[in-house]
Order: sequence, then structure tokens, then C-alpha cells
Amino acid sequence: MTTIYAPPVFSLRFYPIWRRNFLVWKKLMAASIIGNIAEPLITLIAFGYGLGSILKEIDGIPYIHYLASGSICMSVMIAASFEALYSAYSRMSVQRTWDALMNAPLALDDIVLAELLWAATKSLFSGAAILCVMFALGIGLHPQVVLVLPVLFLVGMTFGALGLIMNALAKGYDFFTYYFTLVLTPMTFLSGVYYPVAQLPSWLQTVSQFLPLRAAVNLVRPLVLGGWPQMPLLDLAVLAFYCCGGFYAAVIFTRRRF
Amino acid sequence: MSVSKLHKAFGAGEQRVAIIDDLSFALRPGECYGLLGPNGAGKTTTLRLCLGLATPDSGEIRIGGKAIPEQARAARMRVGVVPQADNLDPDFTVQENLLVFARYFGIPDATMAQRIPELLEFANLTAKKDARIAELSGGMKRRLTLARALVNDPDLIFMDEPTTGLDPQARHMIWERLKNLLARGKTILLTTHFMDEAERLCDRLAVIDHGKMIAEGSPQDLIAQHIEAEVLEIYGENAKSWAEQHGRSHASRVEYSGETVFCYTNDAQALLATLQHVQGVRYMHRPANLEDLFLKLTGREMRD
Repeated sequence: MTTIYAPPVFSLRFYPIWRRNFLVWKKLMAASIIGNIAEPLITLIAFGYGLGSILKEIDGIPYIHYLASGSICMSVMIAASFEALYSAYSRMSVQRTWDALMNAPLALDDIVLAELLWAATKSLFSGAAILCVMFALGIGLHPQVVLVLPVLFLVGMTFGALGLIMNALAKGYDFFTYYFTLVLTPMTFLSGVYYPVAQLPSWLQTVSQFLPLRAAVNLVRPLVLGGWPQMPLLDLAVLAFYCCGGFYAAVIFTRRRF
Repeated sequence: MSVSKLHKAFGAGEQRVAIIDDLSFALRPGECYGLLGPNGAGKTTTLRLCLGLATPDSGEIRIGGKAIPEQARAARMRVGVVPQADNLDPDFTVQENLLVFARYFGIPDATMAQRIPELLEFANLTAKKDARIAELSGGMKRRLTLARALVNDPDLIFMDEPTTGLDPQARHMIWERLKNLLARGKTILLTTHFMDEAERLCDRLAVIDHGKMIAEGSPQDLIAQHIEAEVLEIYGENAKSWAEQHGRSHASRVEYSGETVFCYTNDAQALLATLQHVQGVRYMHRPANLEDLFLKLTGREMRD
């Protein structure tokens, strides 16, 4: 079938599907927001003050600021991935919500687009909550921090797209554990979240340049710390490449599954 | 709606198996048309093809003048679907399920605010409007699925085994609702493997097996055309020996299924007379029904 490889069809029909997921989130909002705030608060305080009391500064930046500006990207990555893997898989395979959608006048492309944008939205909620925690701790109180939000949305879309590829290939939930342990966790250690990439052997530094999370950290960290990214266009291009390529691949694999 | 010369095969190379093989049928407005067949006969695949969820290898499908699968989405605006497996949204209440599903059709919430009470009334779920899906019985879930299929006020409703897994009370309630829809001029395409359901509801039906249509017509005509008028079912320890002695000579067809002997005939008097004097048998004399026809056409072997 040639239609499997046809370019994705974009339409506003994604909106009622996105809205459905938003409505479910709204019902569970209180628990979700508490989790969104408690998790980064505990991590930042524990690592920032615990490790920070030994480390003090990295590249002249207080460690808690360094950690916060990197881990916000990681949290957004995890939130988007979780939504595109476990939650989307539940809707696709367990609850069969996708089947119901396709009995209505909606197509698979609409559903994949809606899931992508929903994963990005949910990860943005998580990112916004972390920003609030950071502000409360006195981190990131600069005007350019406003630009962090659109960047985080792009990061959420990127990892949502990559997650939806895994979702389309999955036979069950177990499959996602591999993705988290073998792809996302190593990527976190290679992307300058906890320590500078310059600490890595040179061949790993080279690998690091191609990672979407590294691009995200390159963009977000200076904005949080009150500066400007060094090569914003390159980093945006890396994210856009994974986002668009990932979405196209996710659409193809999902069409093959159905 | 019409389907003509439909073909669909799955698998590759040597293992390629035809699931739908030269299937043609057409629905008349306002009728209930049944697709009957054993498991794996191609009923659900036919529905998926008609909804544009799968692409046929060849053949033509049209719904309300729209070509499927090219204009499937436009066609689905006027179609309601009751799927075989419940896929109600467990995160929502009964009425939220209707509201959210209507949004997929682009129906404004204000319109639904008026229509939802009617739909709940129709499904006899008004008292349960704020209940979560997990709190509903199997019959209630089916009724809600039926109500959900009506949010867009469809002309044509696809029903894939709508009463499988329901108790008799719940089945009768669904049948009564379907008759109500037919009375309102809706057209229904029904798949089932319950013969009593098909006999009760269908104006016309098609028996399909291995993706091919093997008979089509009204239930009464099909029985009259394909099968003897009367059936004797004989059980008991001496049933088989009686069948060898008398059954074969007096009945036009004799079949065995486990311990039971089925004798098909157009005049049961001679058979009944011989049964009067036999010890160790019990029997039931009844008119032939759709199940007899179905078993004659598709055989008695198990399908898995």
C-alpha cells in the first residue's frame, strides 16, 4: 500500500481529540499539579543543596541553578514521553478509544497529531510547574525566561513524536521500559543536565551534539540564567528535525499497525 | 449503501488468504440487512471495509453516494457504529461520553444539551447520566454504545454483534430499541451469529462463509428455498438405531450432532408414527428455522 507513506494530513480535526484528553486531565488536575510541583521541588532541594554544598559552582553558576535549568528539560522530556507511551498506548490498545474515534469522522493522522500536541501540552504543564518552583527558589527571575515556555513546548512535541513511534511499535507496556532505560536515561547523562558535556570523553561529546535533549538544554539553560543561547538556530533545527522526522515516522508506523 | 465485487486478502505470497471474495450486496433505505456467518467468515472485515478503515484489493463501496474509502470520512458523518467490543470512555460519565463523542462530529455543545436527554431516554439511562462507565452493567454499556452511535442522527447504523454477551432481558431491550429505530426510518446493517436475532430483526440477510455470499433473501424465503419445512430432533440411547432403521427411509435428510439426530422433512407424519412405538427416545417436532438453514449452508464443524 502506497498510502502508508503519504505525507501526514494536517487538519483542525485534531482539536476535539486534544480536548478529550484535556478534559480527562482536568478531572485529575489536583493530583497531577501536586505531583508536578512536589517532584521537582524535592529533587531540586535534595540535589541542589545536598550535592550543591559540595559542588558549589559549575562554570561560575551556583549548582542548584545549573541543575534546575537542565533538569527542567529532562522533566519535560519524561512527561511528554510518558504521555506518548503509556497513556497513548492505553487509549490506543487497552481502552480502544482510538477505535471509537475512527468510527467518528476522524482519521488516524488526526489522532496521531492530537496525541503529539497533547503530549506536548501536558509536558508544558509540567515545565510550567517546575518554573514556578524555580521562581520560588529565586532561580530564573529574568525577562527572557518567558521564551523558555515555547522552547519547552517544542521539546515536548519532539519527545512526544519520538514516543509515538515507540507506541506504534509496542506489543505491550514492557517495551517502554527499554526505551526509558536504554534511550532516555543515557541521553540525560550525555546532554549536560547534571554536569557539563565537556566532562565527557571526546567521542561522547560528538555523540552528544546529535541528541535532542542536548539541544533543549543548550537553549533553555542560558534563558533561565539570564543570558542568550549561543547557537539558537542550530539547536532549534536539531529539535525540529527530530520533531518532524519523528512525527512522520510515527504516522507511518501507526498506519502500518492499523 | 451498496457493495460490489469486493475482494480483500491478507498475508503475503503463498500464505495469502482471501478474507472477502467477490462480495456484492445493497441495502434498501429503511431496512435491516443482516450479515450472517460463522466466526472468521469475514463479517467484521466487511464492516471495516465499508467504514473505510481498511482498503479493499478491488471492488466498489458507496454509502449515500460517497465512494469508500476515498470519501469515507464524509460518509461517516451520516453513519452510526455500534462496535463489537465496547470502547466507551472509562474516564467519563454516561452523558460526558455522549457529549465528547458528538464533538468528534463537530456537533456544537448547545445542540447536544438538547439531544442528550432524548438519547438517555432512548437508552433508558436517564437515571444513570452521571454514573461512571465502570458502574454500568453489560446491557447498560451496550445501550449507551447504541445511544452514542446516534449522536449524529445517522441515516445508516452499523451494528457488529450488538447483543453478544448479554442476558435475555438485555437482548430483548436492545431488539426493541432497534425495531424502534427501524420504525423511525433508519437503515441498519447488522452482523450476528444469533439466528433468532436475525430472524426477528432482519428484513433481508446474506449468509456469508469464507468471504463469499452463499445465500441472500428474507429469512422466510431463504428457509422455504433452501430447506425442508419441518425438523424432528431425536435424543436418547436408541436415537441412532431408530435413525438407521426408520429415519433414513422417511426423512429427506438426516444429520447427527453428538447424541442428537436431526431429521429434515416436508411431511413428518410417517416419522412421527414410527416414533410412537420406540422406547428410549425423546423427540421434538418443530418448523425449520434460520439456524437449520445456516447449519446446512455452512456445515456443522467447529470454527476457531
